[in-house]
Amino acid sequence: MDRVPILKLGDILIISIQIDLDDQSVLALQEDLADSVVTHGARGVIIDITAVEIVDSFIGRMLATIAATSRLLDAQTVVVGMRPAVAITLVELGLSLGGVRTALNLEKGIALLDHVRGATS
Amino acid sequence: MTGGWELPIASNSDVVMVRQRVRSVAVEVGLSLIDQTKVVTAASELARNALVYGGGGLARIEIVENGARRGLKLTFSDEGPGIPDIEQALTDGWTTGTGLGLGLSGSRRLVDEFDLVSAPGKGTTVTVTKWAR
Repeated sequence: MDRVPILKLGDILIISIQIDLDDQSVLALQEDLADSVVTHGARGVIIDITAVEIVDSFIGRMLATIAATSRLLDAQTVVVGMRPAVAITLVELGLSLGGVRTALNLEKGIALLDHVRGATS
Repeated sequence: MTGGWELPIASNSDVVMVRQRVRSVAVEVGLSLIDQTKVVTAASELARNALVYGGGGLARIEIVENGARRGLKLTFSDEGPGIPDIEQALTDGWTTGTGLGLGLSGSRRLVDEFDLVSAPGKGTTVTVTKWAR
């Protein structure tokens, strides 16, 4: 099983998915991330999927689950770097990821988190 | 038909292998980036179905030709319990497991041709084709 490293930047956790994850590794990432949010008291989570070639219903559900779990743990999630072909495929598959915030890249994702936190604090 | 590949689907890592092989054959056939993404996504859903609901099975990848057009034909077969009501199984959101119920119905939208053969106790075979444009 592959484990995705979780990086900490201030009170933001950043993960960048660089490899084709099997389902077991996807579930492990969900759990690791929830633990890390609590351990570090993180207020934001950024998931970078720039290198991800496909998002199927399993990965899509992981993104939605991470966003929902983090929200319950008082952290906001932003998914960044989705490829255009992935976005088109996801919509056609029937997954629009309504509850998941997205930004085009890491920089915009961090700006979005700052903005969201500015509005709620 | 010019050649083909058969891959076992017995574990989560086999699903990853199927995705990667389908991707490389899709590139070889000349599918656009968007069509590659669609067919690899469909393959991922169908391979996972064969593993989770069928208890494992086999993926067959073939290059097909129709005149000047080339395409990718994928067959996923398992010897699991089969699907009693195929129409229901092809409905968005319907699932017997813990999934989202988008695997079958969603993959059908991602490919050009979709064929599902199944009966209780007889396993399930799904065949899909994606043509290069």
